[in-house]
Order: sequence, then C-alpha cells, then structure tokens
Amino acid sequence: MATFFGEVLSVYSRAVEEDEEELEENEEDEQIRRELEEKRTVHLHWNPEVSELLRAGNKVQCSSFILAVGHNAASFLSAYILASANWDTVGRAVAWNERSRSGTGPSGEGSACVFYRHKDEPAVLICHVTCHIAEDQLFQWTEKVFGYLQTRGLTVTVLSDSSVADYKTADYMCSSSTPFLRSLRSSAFSDQPVCPSLEQPNIITGLPAAVLNHCQVHSIAAVVYQCYSDVTGPDSITMDKYKPVLTKLGRSIQVDSSRSTDGLCNFVCISEIQSNLYI
Amino acid sequence: MFISSQDSPAAFKDFTLVMPAVAVGNVGQLAVDLIVSTLNMSRVGYFHTDCLIPMAGNNPYASGKEDAEELHTPAEVYTAAELKLAVLQIRSPIIQMRSKKFRQQLKSWIKASGFSRTVVLSSSHAYQRDDQQLQGTSLRYLMTPSLLAASADALKELGWREMERIPAFPGVDADAEPRLCIPGGGITKGLYTDGCAEDLPLAVLLLFCSEGDNIPDAFALVNHLNDWLHLEEPSSKWKIPTSWSLLFGSGIPPALF
Repeated sequence: MATFFGEVLSVYSRAVEEDEEELEENEEDEQIRRELEEKRTVHLHWNPEVSELLRAGNKVQCSSFILAVGHNAASFLSAYILASANWDTVGRAVAWNERSRSGTGPSGEGSACVFYRHKDEPAVLICHVTCHIAEDQLFQWTEKVFGYLQTRGLTVTVLSDSSVADYKTADYMCSSSTPFLRSLRSSAFSDQPVCPSLEQPNIITGLPAAVLNHCQVHSIAAVVYQCYSDVTGPDSITMDKYKPVLTKLGRSIQVDSSRSTDGLCNFVCISEIQSNLYI
Repeated sequence: MFISSQDSPAAFKDFTLVMPAVAVGNVGQLAVDLIVSTLNMSRVGYFHTDCLIPMAGNNPYASGKEDAEELHTPAEVYTAAELKLAVLQIRSPIIQMRSKKFRQQLKSWIKASGFSRTVVLSSSHAYQRDDQQLQGTSLRYLMTPSLLAASADALKELGWREMERIPAFPGVDADAEPRLCIPGGGITKGLYTDGCAEDLPLAVLLLFCSEGDNIPDAFALVNHLNDWLHLEEPSSKWKIPTSWSLLFGSGIPPALF
C-alpha cells in the first residue's frame, strides 16, 4: 500500500496474521520453539504448608479469592487490607515472557504474582498481579491457579486497572468524569455489584477476562471491577475509586478505612521517584 | 472443548453448523452475529479453549435491560432447534502458533457432535486477487467431496462460483501447479484441506474484501448463505446487534473543532 508521501507500507489486517505454522520447521527450529514454550510455562510456588496439603491430594480451601491486576488495584488492596499485617505470603506465580524484567527468570525472585492468605480467615486468598502476563499464558495461569483451589462456594473478586482510552462511549468523556468503575459478573454471581455494569460495546481483556471466562464456564461466582483512569501510572485518586468494593469485601475480611490517605500516599510517592523523566 | 451452559447436554445430531473464520474484515464473524441476532438463537454452551485470546463482555445481542447483563466469552455455541441450526461464534483472534491446535479441537468437536454439515464463513484479501478473480462477483465457495456429493444440485441451481486455484507466483512461473490460496483467510484453508483429507462434509463461503467498514460485506455474505440454507425469508431484514455500535471509536470531543 502506498501512502500520500510515496512510502510503501505493509498492509496488516486487524484480524489475521499469516499462518506461520505452515512454514517448514527443521529440527533446530523445533527445539528452539519447544525450549521457548517451556520457558514461558507458568509455575506456581507455594509455601511448605500449602505444598504439603497439595501433595496429599487436597485443594486449598477458599471461599473468597480477591485478585488485583495492575498497580493501582494492587496498591489499593495493600493499603486498605494487607496493611493490617494479618496476612501470610503463601505462594507466588511466575510467568516469564518478553516483557519480564531481567533477573526474573523462570525460577527467579522478583516475580509479581504474590498470593496472601489471611491468618484468622484462611479461606480468604488475595493475589497481586503487577507484571505482564502474555496472551498465551493467561489461560494457563488461570487453569493452574484455579486447579489448586476448592471452588465450591467460592466467590472471586477481581480489581483491574484500565485506561479510559479503551472505553468506548457515544458521548465524549471529559477529564472530570474519570476515573470511574464498571463491573462485569459471571452468571453465578447473585450479589449486586457496587457500580454500573460495563455497557456495550465495551469488553475486557487480559487476566481479568481469562479469570471471568473460567468462572463463567465453570459456574463460579465472580465479579470484575474495572477502573478506567486517564492516568497511566500509580495514582491515589484512581486507587481511591475502588473504595466502594470494600463494603463487599468487608464481609469476609477486616478492612482498614482509617489509614487510607497516608497508605495511598506511600505507594504513589515511591512510584514517582522511579519515573522522574518528566519532572 | 465444548462445555454446555444448560442442565442437559446439548444435542447437535444432524444439525448444520455455521461458524466463522477470523479473517480479513472480520466478515465471517459479523455475518454470524447477524444470524444469531436475527434468529434470536439461544446460547447452549461455550467452546472453552486455550487457543483464543481471552475477552469478556455483556450480552452482545441484548434486546433490553433484562438480558443486557449476561456474560459472554470468546467462543460460544448457539442453536435454533426448529431450523436444526447450530452456530459457533468466535469473538477473538487465535493466539499465534496455535492455529493447528485450534483446528484440531474444532474437528474433534465437529466429529463428536454429529453435525450433518459445517459451513465456514470467511473472507480473503481483495487486493491479492489475480486477473480472473477481479471479474464478476466477489463471492466464492468451496466444498469438500463428501458435501459436494450431497449438494451438487443445489449448487448448480444457485450458480455459485468456486474459489479458483491460482499459481503461487503469478506471471513468474507459468508451469507451476495452481494451488488453493486464501490470503487473509486465517484458518479457512487449513479447515478446508483437513475437511477434504478427513472426509468431513464442510463448505466454505467467502468473499473478497478489504479492511474498513465491513458491514455491507457481512450482509452480502449472510444473504449469500441464506440463498442456500433458507434461514430467513429473502425479504426480511437482518437484525443488527447492539454490540455493533461505536465500531470506529467513541464520540468526538466537541472542543476538537
């Protein structure tokens, strides 16, 4: 395709890539591909207590699984819930891909999918996901994590950060209306979400979508709260937007609303020091 | 794999399966949307697979507030029992390097379900047509031998044009064996060749198009299918689903001008 300025651009279809699998692969290519696939496998590492439980053929008891995807969601949970210090780290999920930071190999430290369990309410599990999980790893991550959980009577709550640029609406969104919350729930979720449902034609993608798909297909009660913000990095106003969810989470765990502002500031300040490119 | 969304297992024996290929302009998928929306088909299950990019959203065929909040997944199966029709809708692209696996999963399911025939709705890049393909209609068909045997008369009556075999490098190697090429067709060619090799009754209906506003292409394809399968009266209108709003983005900021 030629542009106005005379350059020739390759034409890409928004739907289709050329089918690479039809190309003939020699043994070396096949081996490289196999090794890459192995490197990209999602691994779950549990603490000794949980590992022993799983080895005995049992599953992790869980009535409430709270998943935070994105920095604002994770920081919100850290500030309001995890700050109470009644939580044990029970495991982590490692998913190496092209966007993983160096030094976090398949079994390396610094992986950003951490599982926490409440000391007094061991059936409540929280997971922070602040790393990128690639498209080809999403299904695997979900199946593996849920494979370890007892799903009878389980309710899954997902908090997810998103950009308002991904939100489609007929009326132009001015900056005063962001950030805002929208929800999507599985058919088995009978409770009332704390915010309006995600309107057509909007969809969710990524890990929240993979988790919601799994829950829908296996009739597990699940709700995703997606926070649309015009700020790309950690931001206390965006984090604050998740507050209404505390009313629902507060039924199963103790939440700490009083320390909110200081807690959020700590998370925002730490991030600003790292990203000082545009001071 | 197929997971039923109802209490009783779904029965597809002797049903016709219509499914899209994720292809240029998403025409097959748009056409399937029209079929599900117009015939008011009910969802009977999910095609739960690791080969598609995960996505989720509310009911794309909602007719009002009552049914708006129903979660839908990347691949779902709908039926219209009175027409003995089943439809598989695919809503997201196939993950790279998983096309073959996805085709295998589809074939296994098609064989296990006992569909009498499968129709794949697809499309191909209009800009890659050769000289003979540039002339006449932009609609083409392909049929595997087992389905051809049963549908020869219908095809003759419809006067459809079969997808041409073209040389791999037109104009360069005149002696090269012409072969089937469906550029931009995603897994279409793979499904068809597998169907021929494994004796599946499978048809492909495709049209040549480019990326852009592909709604007219979807209408053309679904009308073409309707000429053969008679799903709707020719005079009735296809119902556009609510999910087709804002296909080209959000509203424009007033301050822009």
